[in-house]
Amino acid sequence: MSDTLPTPDQKLPDDHYLNATYGSGRSIRSWLLTTDHKRIALLYLCTVTVFFFIGGVFATMIRIHLLTPGGTLVTPETYNKLFTMHGVAMIFFFLIPSIPAVLGNFLIPMMIGAKDLAFPKINLLSWYIYVIGGCFVLYSFGTGGLDTGWTFYTPLSSVYSNSAVTPAVIGIFINGFSSILTGLNFIVTIHTMRAPGMTWFRLPLFVWAHYATSMVMILGTPVVAITLLLAGLERMFHLGFFNPALGGDPILFQHLFWFYSHPAVYIMVLPAMGVVSEIIPTFARKPIFGYSFIAGSSIAIAVIGFLVWAHHMFVTGQSTYAALTFSFLSYLVAIPSAVKVFNWTSTLYKGSISWDPPMIYALGFIGLFVIGGLTGLFLACLGLDIHVHDTYFVVAHFHYIMVGGAVMGYVGGLHFWWPKITGRLYPEALARAAAVVLFIGFNLTFFPQFILGYLGMPRRYHTYPPEFQVLNVLSSAGASILALGYLLPMIYFAWSMRYGKVAGPNPWPATGLEWKTASPPPTENFEVTPEVTWEPYDYNNRPDLGLSAGTPSPAPAHGDD
Amino acid sequence: MQSQLPIYPEQASNFAPHVDALMLFITGICVLFAAAITIVIIIFFFKYHRKDPNAVGIPTHEDSRLEAVWMIVPLILAMAMFGWGAVVYVDYRNAPRDTLDVYMIGKQWMWKAQQPNGLKEINELHVPVGRNIRLILASEDVIHDFFVPAFRVKMDVVPGHYNTMWFRPTKAGRYHFFCSQYCGTNHALMGGWVTVMEPSDYAAWLSDSSGGSADPVVAGEKLFIEKACITCHVPNGTGRAPSLNGMYGAQVLLADGSTVAADEAYVRESILVPNAKIVAGYQPLMPTFQGQLTEEQIISLTAYIKSLQSQPVPAKGSGIAPPTGNK
Amino acid sequence: MHRTGELYGHFETLEQQKESATLGMWIFLVTEVLFFGGLFMTYTINRRAFSTAFGIGSNTLDITLGAGNTVVLIMSSLTMAMAVWSAQVGKKKWVSGFLIATLALGTVFLGVKAVEYKQKYDHHLIPGHGFDMRYRSAHPTAGDDLKELAREKKEVETAIKSDPDINYHGQLYFSLYFGMTGLHALHMIVGAGLLLWLIKGSFAGRYTPQYNTPVEIVGLYWHFVDIVWIYLFPLLYLIDRHH
Repeated sequence: MSDTLPTPDQKLPDDHYLNATYGSGRSIRSWLLTTDHKRIALLYLCTVTVFFFIGGVFATMIRIHLLTPGGTLVTPETYNKLFTMHGVAMIFFFLIPSIPAVLGNFLIPMMIGAKDLAFPKINLLSWYIYVIGGCFVLYSFGTGGLDTGWTFYTPLSSVYSNSAVTPAVIGIFINGFSSILTGLNFIVTIHTMRAPGMTWFRLPLFVWAHYATSMVMILGTPVVAITLLLAGLERMFHLGFFNPALGGDPILFQHLFWFYSHPAVYIMVLPAMGVVSEIIPTFARKPIFGYSFIAGSSIAIAVIGFLVWAHHMFVTGQSTYAALTFSFLSYLVAIPSAVKVFNWTSTLYKGSISWDPPMIYALGFIGLFVIGGLTGLFLACLGLDIHVHDTYFVVAHFHYIMVGGAVMGYVGGLHFWWPKITGRLYPEALARAAAVVLFIGFNLTFFPQFILGYLGMPRRYHTYPPEFQVLNVLSSAGASILALGYLLPMIYFAWSMRYGKVAGPNPWPATGLEWKTASPPPTENFEVTPEVTWEPYDYNNRPDLGLSAGTPSPAPAHGDD
Repeated sequence: MQSQLPIYPEQASNFAPHVDALMLFITGICVLFAAAITIVIIIFFFKYHRKDPNAVGIPTHEDSRLEAVWMIVPLILAMAMFGWGAVVYVDYRNAPRDTLDVYMIGKQWMWKAQQPNGLKEINELHVPVGRNIRLILASEDVIHDFFVPAFRVKMDVVPGHYNTMWFRPTKAGRYHFFCSQYCGTNHALMGGWVTVMEPSDYAAWLSDSSGGSADPVVAGEKLFIEKACITCHVPNGTGRAPSLNGMYGAQVLLADGSTVAADEAYVRESILVPNAKIVAGYQPLMPTFQGQLTEEQIISLTAYIKSLQSQPVPAKGSGIAPPTGNK
Repeated sequence: MHRTGELYGHFETLEQQKESATLGMWIFLVTEVLFFGGLFMTYTINRRAFSTAFGIGSNTLDITLGAGNTVVLIMSSLTMAMAVWSAQVGKKKWVSGFLIATLALGTVFLGVKAVEYKQKYDHHLIPGHGFDMRYRSAHPTAGDDLKELAREKKEVETAIKSDPDINYHGQLYFSLYFGMTGLHALHMIVGAGLLLWLIKGSFAGRYTPQYNTPVEIVGLYWHFVDIVWIYLFPLLYLIDRHH
């Protein structure tokens, strides 16, 4: 039934990074003071899952509340806190760290043939900074909550709100440094720690994606840090940077805020695209089509992404010239993403396509990301944005990309690399079903919201006119299916750690360096530093994979179509 | 309330058909691309499904021409979308000259509209069909947004300065409006109704309604004297500040040689930040009234100053730029 | 912990280790540019909006102390560079000497800053309760030049006429002043800590022509902190001065 080679029964290696004792027996200390990038990745896995759960609970409450126009589950104040805290938890403490801090940390050193990241202690420090920032934000949630929207627009957040804004702002400020240090670590690692023969254009596309992501992290995050600091100071000391009553400018806040927060969405999606760029060639068993274009498009997205921020501000009264410029640039940034989609699709042509769960997730990503990305074209369009700005159309658009895209990429990546991380396989049929449940549930939840938005339902509304109810009910119903799609993997992943079939070093098989070592890997990753002499995803020239390169189906015919 | 197709609101303004057409155009392109990609992926998914577990795929080489095609074609389509959207937007941001001006003041959590004759409404806006309506938006506290789905228009209402928006209602009826910038607890309750009436009905409503208060011009004149503006802005031009006769709507000559159009924003700025622009030949003596006037008082003063358009302009002591001066 | 410049476990060669450390510091400094950049942007926009209040604020800063501090900091960058050079050519005693000199100059800078901050406190120029830009000229102390004070008083009064909210806008200036110089001072204190650590290592003879990366990267950091001040000084002290 499986499309993967039937593997002979494998045994787990005797010593690997999970059971490493560091000479003093297994202890919590060896985990909390670890500098092993793989263990740090698992520390992040635990904490981002906690925040995903918290954000998910808030989302559940929101969708239940919105089943009726009157909205009687919670009070207006509580509703406003729910959507704010959902946004803050999901964006800053789940989405931004997820793939880079979990999969990136685990895999990047292995993918380039290194023993660890360039700065392992700073890696651990990143995690602690994240935890401390998270504690501040949880403190804010627990002592009155936050009701400003995750965007903290002034003067609402700095003057008028009565919620626990200051600890939240401090928490996000601190968390920013976690991001910055991770990005710094990745960039230096990719520059200086590649194994012999691992040239830039032999790097896996996952690494290219993270390089581009890291560029955005280090350049954008400091700006939002200082912006939130200024807003916090304004609130604490009644200063007037952004408060018009004291001469300040609320639009200045928006410019400073979006200068980071737009590139931030690329921090969230570029790594997921990197995951898809790994999965597709693996499960089509052929090199990716247009490697250099996919690599280059990641960099292009990172660069152009810094130039489009004010497309969030088309109706603030900014100058028409500014609006025209930002709309034009926003259309430009769509092109590299389109290039990726076309290249992934072309990779499938004449491939040997397996229907393994990671492939289902990757294709689900492409489907949902295409819808999300295309709807971005509506929003970049000035004439249309006037109508759909700040409505559920926007909500649907960004959830398609962040949930349908980034989260699906994250979950798909976990499915792809789970055997490497844990040494175990999970039940395939269940995993494929979960992917399909996720895809269907997601569309049911968010597609009605496009229509809701065009009809005019504004976002951040705790109550709505009755004519919007049917679509809201559809959306909430879909959300229950979506929730199932997330719960299933949590269950079978946990099950697999004890009872899953032992995977062996390379169950799929895949061509990356990370698959040339045991599963789970030893602490130092490789017994001997590898030397790379092959091109990436080159299934036809890798006899070590044990595949019959040379008798593919259908009959061999070189090269292009 | 709903149009026949329950996927977009009624079209009740001059912008609505354009916005909907633009939406259909972009939807068409998107559906085309999405369908194409989906169909191709599904075909490949089934056609190239692995039969032999050992099999590998056939490498297909990078093709720069193909890459160029699928960069350029989307780019051209993107530019078309951009261009059309830009045209609609520029039209939206440039109100025509002959508008009926209504002030909309947003505050947590209600809207106050003020008609040209001073008539006030709360959470309601009455306008005549077929006329160009310009809304001058002000906020008394946080950022709000005035959004009428049936007109396909919205604009943020930002504390600290005016924003303006315009539309021409094309169909009589009652249309929902919403606040669409999150503004606190009752953001979702901060909506109301736009009532579009036949011009004759509108005129009748304007004069009939008892909900009004004093003519803003009268209120403005009172303030002008109360706040001692008149001591410097003497109408015959002999005061320490320029006469305001005929100034509204004209070009004013500034000390640095440039000119500025004397519109509402200029009047408001001159009251709140008087040293931002000094009229040529005058000293920067005017104190600021920031914090001393409410938005409504500023609106009344502006109405009064507007009413001075028809007053005789003194030969000396006016800030108006000479007509034969440099451009 | 390595004590003699040995290879960390995860690096392959010393060269790789050095390259990584140096690149890491450069990237960190790029993030610092963006960090300070946000503040500089806010300052620039607010200065344009409230040039009167910012001008008065700027006048209250002591230009002698500021200029002196600038010279001190530039000299400390020189001694820091000399320390790096000394390590590279193997003059171990000079390494310690130059590092100590850098630390001393840095401390002088911080001391002068403390004096300036105290002055602001005495003159009621700390943003918040009690802030008043008219306080100084209305409350002469012994040793003040009365003519100077009278001129200041006149200036403030003229300013108030065109900007009655001068205490609000003045607070903006001083918030940015304390924010920017405070952040800078914080970076200098961190730098002083790093210098102490380097000095300790230099006494133990750790820095040799083969291994001097810590000195080099702390040097990079120190130069960056210097450059930030070179932008801060004219922006805060020199622009809009009226006399």
